[in-house]
Amino acid sequence: MAERSFKAEVEHLRLGEGETFTGEGILAITKALLENGVGYVGGYQGAPISHLMDVLADAQELLGELGVRFEANANEAAAAAMLAASVHYPIRGAVTFKGSVGVNVASDALANLSSSGVTGGALVIVGEDYGEGSSIMQERSHAFAMKSQFWLLDPRPNLPSITKAVSDGFELSEASNTPVMLMVRIRSCHVTGSFRTRDNRRPTLSVRDALSAPRSDFARVVLPPMSYAHEQDKIRNRWPAAERFIRERGLNEVFGSASAPVGLVLQGGMYNGVIRALQRLGLADLHGNSRVPLYVLNVTYPLVSSEFLEFCEGKEQILVIEEGQPEFIEQQLSTYLYRAGTPVRLRGKDIFPMAGEYTGQVMLDSLTTFLKQAAPGLLAAVHRAPNEDRPQIPDLSKTVPIRPPGFCTGCPERPIFAAMKLVQKETGKLQISADIGCHLFAALPPFEIGGATMGYGLGPAANAAFGGGGASRAISVIGDGGFWHNGLSSSFGNMAFNKSDSVAVIVDNYYSAATGGQDVMSSRADNATKATRNPISKALKGIGITWVREVNRTYDVGHMRDVLREALTTGKPGPKVIVASSECMLNKQRREKPLAAQAIKEGRRVETPRFGVDEDICTGDHACIRLSGCPSLSLKRLDDPLRDDPVASIDQSCVGCGNCGEVADAAILCPSFYEARVVHNPGPWERRIAALRARIIGWLQSRRSARRLTFEAAR
Amino acid sequence: MTAHDPLIAQAPDPALSSIIKLAVLAVGGQGGGVLTGWIEDLARQNGYAAQATSVAGVAQRTGATVYYVEMAPAAGGTPVFSLMPAAGDVDVMIAAEMMEAGRAIIRGFVTPDRTTLIASTHRALAVSEKMAPGDGIASSAEVMAAAEIAARRFIAADFDTLAIRNGSVISASLFGALAGSGALPFPREAFEAAIRSSGKGVEGSLRAFGAAFAEAQSPTSDAPETRPAKPALAVNGPARLTAAWADLQRRALALPAPVHELALPGLRKVVDFQDIAYGAEYLGRLESVLARDSVAHCYALTREAAKYIANAMAYDDVIRVADLKTRAARLTRIEGEMRLRDGNLMQLTEYMHPRAEEIAGLLPATFGARIAASPVWMARLDRWFSKGRRMRTDSLLAFVMLHAVGGLKGWRRRTLRHAQEVAHLDQWLDTALGVLPRYDLAVEMIRCRRLIKGYSDTHARGQSKFDRVLAATAQIADRPDAADWCRRLRDAALKDEEGKALDGAILTINSFA
Repeated sequence: MAERSFKAEVEHLRLGEGETFTGEGILAITKALLENGVGYVGGYQGAPISHLMDVLADAQELLGELGVRFEANANEAAAAAMLAASVHYPIRGAVTFKGSVGVNVASDALANLSSSGVTGGALVIVGEDYGEGSSIMQERSHAFAMKSQFWLLDPRPNLPSITKAVSDGFELSEASNTPVMLMVRIRSCHVTGSFRTRDNRRPTLSVRDALSAPRSDFARVVLPPMSYAHEQDKIRNRWPAAERFIRERGLNEVFGSASAPVGLVLQGGMYNGVIRALQRLGLADLHGNSRVPLYVLNVTYPLVSSEFLEFCEGKEQILVIEEGQPEFIEQQLSTYLYRAGTPVRLRGKDIFPMAGEYTGQVMLDSLTTFLKQAAPGLLAAVHRAPNEDRPQIPDLSKTVPIRPPGFCTGCPERPIFAAMKLVQKETGKLQISADIGCHLFAALPPFEIGGATMGYGLGPAANAAFGGGGASRAISVIGDGGFWHNGLSSSFGNMAFNKSDSVAVIVDNYYSAATGGQDVMSSRADNATKATRNPISKALKGIGITWVREVNRTYDVGHMRDVLREALTTGKPGPKVIVASSECMLNKQRREKPLAAQAIKEGRRVETPRFGVDEDICTGDHACIRLSGCPSLSLKRLDDPLRDDPVASIDQSCVGCGNCGEVADAAILCPSFYEARVVHNPGPWERRIAALRARIIGWLQSRRSARRLTFEAAR
Repeated sequence: MTAHDPLIAQAPDPALSSIIKLAVLAVGGQGGGVLTGWIEDLARQNGYAAQATSVAGVAQRTGATVYYVEMAPAAGGTPVFSLMPAAGDVDVMIAAEMMEAGRAIIRGFVTPDRTTLIASTHRALAVSEKMAPGDGIASSAEVMAAAEIAARRFIAADFDTLAIRNGSVISASLFGALAGSGALPFPREAFEAAIRSSGKGVEGSLRAFGAAFAEAQSPTSDAPETRPAKPALAVNGPARLTAAWADLQRRALALPAPVHELALPGLRKVVDFQDIAYGAEYLGRLESVLARDSVAHCYALTREAAKYIANAMAYDDVIRVADLKTRAARLTRIEGEMRLRDGNLMQLTEYMHPRAEEIAGLLPATFGARIAASPVWMARLDRWFSKGRRMRTDSLLAFVMLHAVGGLKGWRRRTLRHAQEVAHLDQWLDTALGVLPRYDLAVEMIRCRRLIKGYSDTHARGQSKFDRVLAATAQIADRPDAADWCRRLRDAALKDEEGKALDGAILTINSFA
């Protein structure tokens, strides 16, 4: 593991009755799980819910005291399947993963779980990654709730509401025998705030106790004819029970004046954005008291027809505020209105944009448009007919470069792709597919490697069509996280079984680096509760892949290139797999930098490497940057009237990984790079030798400079 | 229908103006999270309710990222805060890098009615800027100009350098600038208390904070990017040589002013590369260009020739590289850059990769040419020499080897490489001057020398681009806009490595030539 500690966060989990928690949303959810007597927790890491997993992994002691089982599941499907414990036993369970990708992976288990129904509360906490900064395809997890019929909570984005949703979710699940999905958007996960805590509660029945009295009931098994009965049960019993619970417990909220000609229906997660727009229009005060009626759907599935129709009563127009597409909620509510035969006009995506995030500007513009049409009297003249006289701000869109995420300084993946680029200079462009993980950044300049990603663990599977070989072999790239997530079976099992004549590169960073350094099977560190140190190469051999090459220092660009070349040209049949291993530099630095600083302070010998460029030798072609893209390798304009182009320059953030020197060597670029290794606290012998060398070198230098002209800045 | 409330427009809640909306636009890894944490803590410790959000995820990996904080006096219940900044609705915008300031302006987060923009003027170059074979760096001046218009108040300084100088990181100096701006209603001590309570790297942070606080309150200069005046260059050496140098310098200074501005550094470069006689040769070449130039054009032709002839004469051969790598001034410079302290030692490893071409280039011209023409010999030389060589120039053996190669100046003029360079130089000058009296075209053709740079493959690619630009220019040399086309071709050649832009430009020329 990356050996980061979440001890401070774990302390938050110990807060008791009536104390105040202040921190991030996702940590508040973690605390709420313990307050609600959860019996087991699991999940798979990924933004924005990684923190939940990290903190629980460090909270083993507390979990032990409470009798709570924590699993770092192999993938989201495994996590969702774990909820099976709540089918027969009255034990509350919660799993977490990233939406919508996690829900995609978990959908088989979620569908079966929903069909079986649950006895104990089953909660799926999904970090919905939609809109700005999202790292995945843009989709809604909402559709999964609809298709499998489990309930979906979308609470208002503040800590009291989010933590209440955890408690409501468990109870709703138990009241309706249905799993519940709690959706928290990325900003809600990272939003800070406070809530009053309660004491943590031990589960009434622990998973350990359950093993002493196993239960089963074939009526719960998804097999005909029970599966037909499950479907009927969903509609006849579970759904009405859920509706009853939602109404009786007031899970959805109504704000604002009771009678007004217009009303807004919104997902709970949209609440703060809506209030901000209303505040800007003079229709809500600082504390959110709105003059426009709001029907806030903290439960977005199922939608309670009776409650909605009551809200609509007496109104002329209703605006549905639903982010993302398709507009499931709007369609459903339209149906309710049509069936009820009411004259209320429903607006939504005819005003709001169908696709994309509801940003502050979108919210303001759309609400203004709606109110202008539906209740113009509400708007102050300035909003009805804005007459702004703003100064013209110069257009910078052509000036400011885009800045997508990329490999960190010293990233061990950079040399792999530099080597691949060099190989492509020899072979011409190759067919390359990628997986999910940091390595996908190689698709961007300067590497522009790989043209597809089909999902986690599916990199090599995405090249299956090319497995028959051809003029040149196809290459796929996958990370160690993806390998253990399901790559071993879906990608490598697939390759081995089909005797695929293609190349796969496994990027092994010693743990699941992209999601924050969580351990996987092949992690190099010892972990008291997890089985680590299982080499990927062993797993590959186990499924019958024989051509496996391990590169244990990816920074050796020349070697990396040679291995790739060999994989592309060898006559051996079957899959050719390269395991390229070097530790994630971001996490490594976080761990080792303080240790090195401490050692220097204590007078121990430490070498700190850094690279540099001789600016007189660099000619400013930037070929090195086109094979690197390292943030610490940048450009500098020289104060020399004879030079046109800026030269390469390495700043002090360099960690001395050596990639630029290796690239300059392997690609035969130029002799500008040097490595300067500062030796702190050298030994006396070392010092003496260095002094002697320096004397001789100094003599040679002064002898030469005495015989020629030298130009230097006057001091 | 039920009776409706008399829904008429009202004035907005006056308490709304008490919300302070603050956004931080940073590059992942700059410590935006730390800064946001301090701001939140500061607000809460001073009787404000505060809420922060961020979109982390892939942001830590060098991408552009936004942090957002809202705060309002806590008295009277919890306010409802937004989770993201909205265009036209930001009070304080902190941009941790110059282009991020530009991005904030593009996104509408900086408006003249309300926004205090605090920006660090330093640049963290985006990959697209660094990749170009020429100069692809975006213009900070454009962003500065736009910021002056867009922001209500604009505080700009190089907060990155300022932080590093104080042994800290940019989050601390930006926090200091925020305090110094007075945009938040809290005293300086309250800011410092927030740094102290975080408990990490407190001393350095407070130093950087203090320096930035002062900078924000009284900017040291209007133009933060002005450079210190360039120190004069002193010349040292044996009296015989310094006297000869003085003669050369006088001869260079006798050139018209626009020319000698570049001829003097040019002369210095070629003398440093070889010797006094080589410098005289340089001036001779220049004077022959001048003879065909005229004051009517402000001697633009000779001025450009002064620059590019010097660059062409001081070509990058093995001798030059070895010489530069073994100079005392270089060692001093590196020790400074690496911040070598007393008691530290430094090991220096050079990354070299000589090829057969470099070895053949060192041989006497005729013999070298024969070797270079023989594939067998070149393969043999590659086998003997071509491999990555890591040379520890702090060790005696490697240093002495390089030092010896660096001392081969006396041999240089006899080498194959020198013969090749001289031939190329003469041909280029002849071609360029041959188009006279089309003066502008001649100037542009002189400037094409910029395309030749780098070593080995890079050098070959530059050479081929140079040849293609000159050839394409020759095709249309008779057109009145030939100079313009030549410039366009050269710019295109500097756009990308493979020369796609250049291919496009040449196709265009072929279509009408």
